[in-house]
Amino acid sequence: MTAAEPLLTADGLCKSYGSTPALDGADFSIRPGEVVAVMGPSGSGKSTLLHCLAGIVVPDAGTITYRGDELSAMNDARRSALRRSDFGFVFQFGQLVPELTCAENVALPLRLGGTSRKEAARAALEWLRRLEVDDVAAQRPGAISGGQGQRVAVARALVTAPRVLFADEPTGALDSLNGERVMQLLTAAARDTDAAVVLVTHEARVAAYSDREVVVRDGRARDTARAA
Amino acid sequence: MCILTRMSIGHTLLGLLESGPRHGYDLKRAFDERFGHDRPLHYGQVYSTMSRLLKHGLVEVEAIEPGEGPERKRYAITEAGVTDVARWLATPEKPEPYLQSTLYTKVVLALLTRRDAADILDVQRAEHLRLMRDLTERKRTGDLADQLICDHALFHLEADLRWLELTAARLDRLAREVSA
Amino acid sequence: MRPGDSPRGVRRSRIQDLAMGVRFAVTGGREAWVRTLLTAVGVGLGVALLLLTAALPHALTQRHDRERARNDMTYTSLAEHRAEDTLLIATVDTTYRDQEVRGRLLQPEGRRPPLPPGVGRLPGRGTMVASPALRRLLAAPEGRLLSERLPYRVTGTIGQDGLVGPDDLAYYAGTTGLAVSAGAGAGQTVRVERIHAFGSVDQGGTTDPVLVLLVLIVFVALLMPVGVFIAAAVRFGGDRRDRRLAALRLLGADAATTRRVAAGEALAGALCGLAVGAVLFAAGRVLAGRISFYRVSVFPDDLMPAPALTALVAVAVPAASVAVTLLALRGVVIEPLGVVRATRPPRRRLWWRLLLPLGGIALLYPMIGQGPDHGDFNQALVVGGTVLLLMGVTALLPWIVEAAVARLGTGAPSWQLAVRRLQLNSGTAARTVNGIAVAVAGAIALHMLFAGVDGSYTRSSGNDLSRAQMEVYLPAADSPAEAARRLTAGDAAARATPLSVGVLGERAREPRRFLELTVGTCDALREVARVPACRDGDVFAVQDRSYDDDTLRTAKPGRVVYVDPGSAGSAGLAVAWRLPSGLKKAHTRADPSGYARGGVLVTPAALPAAAARALTGRVYVSLDRSVPDAPEIVRNTVAAVDPLADAREYVTHTESARYSSVRTGVFVGSCCVLLLIGASLLVSQLEQLRERRKLLSTLVAFGTRRSTLSLSVLWQTALPVGLGLGLACVVGLTLGAVLLRMVGATVTVDWADVAAMTGVSAAVVLLVTALSLPALVRMMRPEGLRTE
Ligand SMILES: Nc1ncnc2c1ncn2[C@@H]1O[C@H](COP(=O)(O)OP(=O)(O)O)[C@@H](O)[C@H]1O
Ligand SMILES: [Mg+2]
Repeated sequence: MTAAEPLLTADGLCKSYGSTPALDGADFSIRPGEVVAVMGPSGSGKSTLLHCLAGIVVPDAGTITYRGDELSAMNDARRSALRRSDFGFVFQFGQLVPELTCAENVALPLRLGGTSRKEAARAALEWLRRLEVDDVAAQRPGAISGGQGQRVAVARALVTAPRVLFADEPTGALDSLNGERVMQLLTAAARDTDAAVVLVTHEARVAAYSDREVVVRDGRARDTARAA
Repeated sequence: MCILTRMSIGHTLLGLLESGPRHGYDLKRAFDERFGHDRPLHYGQVYSTMSRLLKHGLVEVEAIEPGEGPERKRYAITEAGVTDVARWLATPEKPEPYLQSTLYTKVVLALLTRRDAADILDVQRAEHLRLMRDLTERKRTGDLADQLICDHALFHLEADLRWLELTAARLDRLAREVSA
Repeated sequence: MRPGDSPRGVRRSRIQDLAMGVRFAVTGGREAWVRTLLTAVGVGLGVALLLLTAALPHALTQRHDRERARNDMTYTSLAEHRAEDTLLIATVDTTYRDQEVRGRLLQPEGRRPPLPPGVGRLPGRGTMVASPALRRLLAAPEGRLLSERLPYRVTGTIGQDGLVGPDDLAYYAGTTGLAVSAGAGAGQTVRVERIHAFGSVDQGGTTDPVLVLLVLIVFVALLMPVGVFIAAAVRFGGDRRDRRLAALRLLGADAATTRRVAAGEALAGALCGLAVGAVLFAAGRVLAGRISFYRVSVFPDDLMPAPALTALVAVAVPAASVAVTLLALRGVVIEPLGVVRATRPPRRRLWWRLLLPLGGIALLYPMIGQGPDHGDFNQALVVGGTVLLLMGVTALLPWIVEAAVARLGTGAPSWQLAVRRLQLNSGTAARTVNGIAVAVAGAIALHMLFAGVDGSYTRSSGNDLSRAQMEVYLPAADSPAEAARRLTAGDAAARATPLSVGVLGERAREPRRFLELTVGTCDALREVARVPACRDGDVFAVQDRSYDDDTLRTAKPGRVVYVDPGSAGSAGLAVAWRLPSGLKKAHTRADPSGYARGGVLVTPAALPAAAARALTGRVYVSLDRSVPDAPEIVRNTVAAVDPLADAREYVTHTESARYSSVRTGVFVGSCCVLLLIGASLLVSQLEQLRERRKLLSTLVAFGTRRSTLSLSVLWQTALPVGLGLGLACVVGLTLGAVLLRMVGATVTVDWADVAAMTGVSAAVVLLVTALSLPALVRMMRPEGLRTE
């Protein structure tokens, strides 16, 4: 695994909101199939790092390279297209479209990418089954539990078979049992599809699902594996 | 890692006997199956414990099978034994405040000698996480009992890690107080 | 209620709940007062419009009264003989560009002449008192041509008592040399009268029931959407309010208490709205004096809301806002841990919703065929029926939206997002669209009604604009030739055809047969009749004008006729004239104004000299359109010839003045209402976007195209608006058809009108979507992903 080329690397990322520096020279890299935990106290810049890596936020300085292309040099439309095709996302909460059924929510990224409705629905159901929530396929997010919702969100993130899955505190709103289950399913599914996972968390037990952790402190990312 | 203290091994064996009389080697097997993940019991441990329990009248020898050796004895629990198990189960364990004494000493020493205390904490955190990662992996492959036991350890390790985080966040203040 | 509570204690705690709601609305943090502000502005706009309506009756009477007070040519003010208190007055109204200027020449005959209202002293010869607007116009560069026409020095200003509106252009000029006109020439408009007083007791003339119907419908059609709008404004920010109330429940308030607190909040918003409305109205009053809509301006003093109506507004608006709030809360259970909405609200029922429009038709139906010929309409029934029909729109629309959206399949993601959202919460959408739907339904009905009665109120003028574009009236018979000469000498007129007209009778006094008399050169006569060979000295009798037996029977060679015969009221000149033996025959032809005359045509040499005084002049003018302001130059030229001259521009159509003022009102009103509703659509749209900020950011993180989200926002508005417009068309056409049947007109639908009406509202929707796009883009920024 170590021999593989990095999939996504970032060098010297800086990002400030007004006068608050959120990132101050952060480095990062992840290889295909790797699960990397981004840890650090709250407010240290973890989410900002994730947003930069995913091309949601443009850093003030530094470069991000994804499979040889410089992400920071792409325009918004290209980055959006990349997010549709190559990336998947799971956030803490509030991410499912409340009006759509769970199956429709999972099918949505495929539909945005232009997959036919039937094919998208089939894939959505398949993923709901893999995450053991196919029984709520026809329900709306308002009618299911937080753990189920988060599993639906994981299914939605993985349905496009992304190369990188970005997860920002995916268990933050769940109890330990549900959190464990979501992490187990998430890492298992990612391993099956050989997706790399950028896992932002401040919980050590969640980070323990990773292959390696990166600690962000005061906007600087520190790869303890490399440091050791 | 020792999960049960010597004292509680006796109670555990007593408890196992409550469901019915057993031979000594039966007892060892039942114990190892359920509780001996990290370190199986030695036969000697079983017999020394059983003789201690016999002395206290908590068990009795119900029958001795034909053949050789003490392992042929069949033990049964006595009334006193049942009462003892009930009392043990009902008594809460004394919470053990596990002071991070060694680590704390290291940190203070590092601060006093102007070494990087954060490094110590980071290395420790990496070590903790490595262990947690192993446990998590074991959980993935193990059965429910494995999972519960690993979780217990994981929660403890997590607590330690929290302490590491907190200390790391307060290093500046600690440095000031130590050097003052 | 606890058992130990005394009724008074309960009442007090209820009032405290209300007061708490009021306090929340005002001091509940930024979010609360933004909501209160939104509601206040929304309700305020509506209230201002209501107050304006309440002020209209008074304003109209005031204007009408002042109009009557300055009337000068009425039966009661005329004097027979010259006296100390008589005044000769001449009407010299003119037109400047497209504005009417009311002008009077005054010549006192004694020491106690009557004074026109608003004038302190009669202007002396060569001077005038003018309205403020006229003074401004004359002083400004754009009034230069008009000041050339009015060669009087301004010595005073007409006060408000003498003006209908602040933008009135009017003047009184002093003169000498007026004489009460002797003749009553055909079509003569410039008159000189002797009067002893200004003002009329009553103008008389009953109001046309059809016109009353029109006015009633206009009011209902414009005020209904305002009501719907106010109801929507009261619910601005309702979702956040619900969350706040849920927090109250957590602190131990019971459901009834939260309802009362909500009522208190609504009350606060409505009361603020009343205040805002009063301020807006006051500001509007001041503005009303400055600006004019379609040439109608109003004095601020005239805009006094009727006290009873004002009181009604002040009571009804807060009461309605509380009622709407409580009604809205019915479907919402405010639970301690957040607001639980029944995931699937009970299906809406159709039958009672149908009752409203059917009831409306039932009220209107008996009046069908009552028409203009069969007396007045029952106003209560008309208003009630119309209101019920239009309310039917607001009742039916939620059902229709729900039913239609439930059947919509899935399509592209943008469509799917919009449809699903509507399926889950179609009520909000229907509510915001209700206003537009009601406004459009009313407007369609109004337009149909107008188009239907169009025939009787708008006529083709018959003017032939290819032959002449202006017609000049001159009181003196000798001036047309002079006027024509000066006009052709100048460069504004390409051609000018002078004629003189008068009346012939078969007897010197009180003749039974009247003949038209037209004097002009052969060329001029050819403009108004088909004349065979013609030389100066010839006289012709027009043979073939229908209904004109008098000419055939009277215009015989050698017969004596009388020019300007006397009548019961006036002596007339009664100049005897023997028709020549060589009387020729001519045939009728429409003159440039479209009029086909009969009677006798005379070349100048054939007319007895004494008869000239009995004639008035007429000049048909062909303009040189390349000259800017050609009509004004023509008016100036003829005014220099004779100040009493009047010049009229030809038009293709003429309208009844009252009819056009009603239509003006509809246009102005529709503008206000559509803007108002556009504003409320925008507010609810922005509110919704803010609620969904996090979701939008997430979708963008997923790589959703901005166009997909924008489209979904558009669909989300366009779908209910489309359905609303469809329903509005059906109800509007029904109402229009019933109203047309009521006035006895044939039912025709001008689809272009309907399309225009719906098109305008669709444009409002697009505008609202466009205006909410910047907010949408802002909401899509990654900041929304932050967890607070
Ligand atoms: N959109 C924003 N506007 C202003 N400040 C921000 C914004 N996003 C993040 N920050 C600031 O940047 C710092 C890092 O934030 P974040 O990356 O969310 O931290 P973490 O996810 O580790 O809790 C914090 O101080 C936060 O307040
Ligand atoms: Mg974060």
